[in-house]
Amino acid sequence: MVPFFAYTTVFLIVPTAVVVIGAFLDADNRFTLGNLEALTEPSVVRGLTQSVILSAVTSLVGALVGGVLAYAVSTAREGSVTRRFFTSLCGVLAQFGGVALAFAFIASFSAQGLLSVLLGRVGLGTGSGLWLYEWDRGLVLVYLYFQIPLMLIVFLPAVEGLRPQWREATETLGGTTWTYWRRVAGPILMPSFVGAALLLFTNAFSAYSTAKALVSQANPLLPLQIGSSLSSEVILGQENAGKAMALEMVLVVAVVMVLYAWLDRRAGRWMR
Amino acid sequence: MSGRSVFRRRQRVFRWVTLAVLLAFFLLPLLGMLDYTTQGPGGEGRTAQTWRTLADVSTVSVEYPALKEGFLASVGLAVITPLAMLVLLVPTMTWVRLRLPGLSRTVEFVCLLPLTVPAIVLVVGLTPVYAWVYYLFGASTLWLSLAYVVLVLPYAYRSLDAGLRAIDVRTLSEAARSLGAGWLTVMWRVVLPNLRTAVLSASFLSVALVLGEFTIASLFSKKNLQVAMYELGKSDAQISVAVGLAALVFGFVVLFAMSFVGTRPAGTGRLARRRRPRKENPA
Amino acid sequence: MTSTTPAPTDPSTRGIAVQLTELRRVYGGVAALDGLTLHLEPGELVALLGPSGCGKTTALRCLAGLEDPDSGSIEVGGRDITGVPTNKRDMGMVFQAYSLFPHMTARQNVEFGLELRGRDRSARRARAGEMLELVGLSVHADKYAHQLSGGQQQRVALARALAIEPQVLLLDEPLSALDAKVRAQLRDEIRRIQLEVGTTTLFVTHDQEEALAVADRVGVMSVGRLEQVAPPAELYSAPRTPFVADFVGLTNRLRARVEDGRAQVLGGSIPVLPGSADGPEAVVLVRPEGIVVEPGDGPAPATVVSASFLGGHGRVVARTPEGEEVSVQVANTDVTRYRPGDRVHLAPRGDAALAVAD
Repeated sequence: MVPFFAYTTVFLIVPTAVVVIGAFLDADNRFTLGNLEALTEPSVVRGLTQSVILSAVTSLVGALVGGVLAYAVSTAREGSVTRRFFTSLCGVLAQFGGVALAFAFIASFSAQGLLSVLLGRVGLGTGSGLWLYEWDRGLVLVYLYFQIPLMLIVFLPAVEGLRPQWREATETLGGTTWTYWRRVAGPILMPSFVGAALLLFTNAFSAYSTAKALVSQANPLLPLQIGSSLSSEVILGQENAGKAMALEMVLVVAVVMVLYAWLDRRAGRWMR
Repeated sequence: MSGRSVFRRRQRVFRWVTLAVLLAFFLLPLLGMLDYTTQGPGGEGRTAQTWRTLADVSTVSVEYPALKEGFLASVGLAVITPLAMLVLLVPTMTWVRLRLPGLSRTVEFVCLLPLTVPAIVLVVGLTPVYAWVYYLFGASTLWLSLAYVVLVLPYAYRSLDAGLRAIDVRTLSEAARSLGAGWLTVMWRVVLPNLRTAVLSASFLSVALVLGEFTIASLFSKKNLQVAMYELGKSDAQISVAVGLAALVFGFVVLFAMSFVGTRPAGTGRLARRRRPRKENPA
Repeated sequence: MTSTTPAPTDPSTRGIAVQLTELRRVYGGVAALDGLTLHLEPGELVALLGPSGCGKTTALRCLAGLEDPDSGSIEVGGRDITGVPTNKRDMGMVFQAYSLFPHMTARQNVEFGLELRGRDRSARRARAGEMLELVGLSVHADKYAHQLSGGQQQRVALARALAIEPQVLLLDEPLSALDAKVRAQLRDEIRRIQLEVGTTTLFVTHDQEEALAVADRVGVMSVGRLEQVAPPAELYSAPRTPFVADFVGLTNRLRARVEDGRAQVLGGSIPVLPGSADGPEAVVLVRPEGIVVEPGDGPAPATVVSASFLGGHGRVVARTPEGEEVSVQVANTDVTRYRPGDRVHLAPRGDAALAVAD
């Protein structure tokens, strides 16, 4: 009991406190709101906006595609090889990502890369390949590559929770497949679906390594900006600007998580 | 013949079309990696040279010392982190269930907190903490484990919680105590064996997370596998792509094999908590 | 007052006949249904009884349209519905458990089928209220499934199935997830309601007591075939096959000599049922209540193995010198007269029994 709380205090609570408090301290440890000014700089604002857009787009598309995938996988027999194969593959792609993932796309879309050649052959030339390193094009694609698998992992249990009796009862009562999805399965899955999508959002929003490995020049995303504020020489008096940005990130994620918790409880209303 | 078989056939077609399309999406970049690593010099011809180099341990350690260093560090981290996580979590969670149910909310909150604190943010806050760690214990890469345990807390918690939920720890430990077992024996001989699947999947999640971790290591300028791969990518792309592919395939093989162990890896669902309508007492 | 309640009809004209003919269904080489033929009279409640895997649930699901038979035909009211999809069949079904829609209240569940039939709001409400009243759950109308006990959930499921005034009511082990007391209570209630609404009903169960208690006729199934269909009393007193005798009620298997329609057993003679085997080496299937036990020696001596008090009656198990164990039903007040090791003698009471070749 004691070791647990001691440990989490040192390695979790203290760092969080450092960020939260540090965001309001200047170089001489005096209270200031000056760091927050850094947040209003156009580049930081742009970083936040682009991070939010990227996360929103990839979580929405990822949730939709991943949701369909989860349903398709759930129709395979429990314990079948198909099912194990897809859950394992998605487990790896969702959790293992990062640098290797970025490499997969860099290699595939390099001048002689498999996908460049393939797409070129069917007349869909990918041009210089530089699009891959842009946050609103290449990154969307690469992020989807881990968002869709994550959706499968998170959402599959909810889909598996649909009981065959519900479909059968709907049918004996005179409903069609469409009725079943619109009136029964849809409403039952909706809270889990939205919850999973929110989780995907925070996942994309917090992601650092994939973006870092792909984007080397500018810092189009908030996590990259925080990263560079740590590693590069900082202008005097701005040491804690990174903390302010970090706090901003925590706040965005916290808002989403609160939404998630609320939905989770709502979902539990008739399922617990 | 009629409605049912038509429905089943349609469902099967839907399943295979969906799975095939997504499988293509998932596999093409991986094939792209394979293709890239086997390209001859200047994009001409095929060669297995990269893989031959990678398979030859002695060459790798001579020619790519950074890779060797990162790999060894990651292996070390992948051993220490799950162990530390288990030592920290299993007794605590069991004890809370047995004796301090009032604290369960707090423990859950603390364990899930890292979900709201992205790794990159944790790095910012951990900088002063690590200054002390290095000052007290020396600047070994292995100290990254301390931070990694925090990163794996939510996932490990979920999967251990599912495991504990499935067994009746209270009755089990009371039974063991009534037979004269001490608390250590209860933990070691009764609770742990019954949590095997949960412990296994929590450990595996930790290993996967550690092997894939880049953010914290890179920003603390420590060399683990991912950082080595990243740096190598700038000078010798083929070899680092090959390492990346090998890591992904390795991860998949382990997960796939794991899926046949035990009934169901309780923790593969990241935040997934299975909910069922209340179960009826069978007569 | 709106006249939304359907005009009360005479139950005998409400029900509709069902005919299953030569149904076959094979799953991976195993025949779940092996030429099943069954007729249900209008308004009749027929129970299909059998061990798990005997095909009884497959039969019910074929009738519901949730399974396609490989061959054979299904007629309801003289109309062939073999190829009609489930949602056009107009059958009310109650499942084993967990079939209530979890995101709807009890009332919404009951109203759902009516909504799909395009009934207007007030008609739906009235009908749902009426149905919940019928199953005695009016006070719980606005609760969700998880707030109801298992028995209450099954009542709502029954109300939901009946609300659409189905042609046929299908009950798929509706009581098997409930505990003993609720099971017996709900069983009787299902029978009461079924008689009241007069809907032709197929009731599938593996519990013989349940089947005997509710059904007009019981069909015993084994490996995809019907062994016997008969009213409960007949099924019990005159089983036509050893499987039926064994599956329905407790039975002693006793060696006997069978000649001229009578069996010599336990020092007495009893008539055998039609269809029995005969010969010097036969086995008769005798119920525990078809045998009497008395202390002391007699023509058929035995030694008491155990004597137990079972509430309404008692049971003595005794072993004959030939090593056969015989279960005998006794009055509950007589149990204390017997102790393990006591010498007793046995005799058949004289009821007809089925004899089979050994």
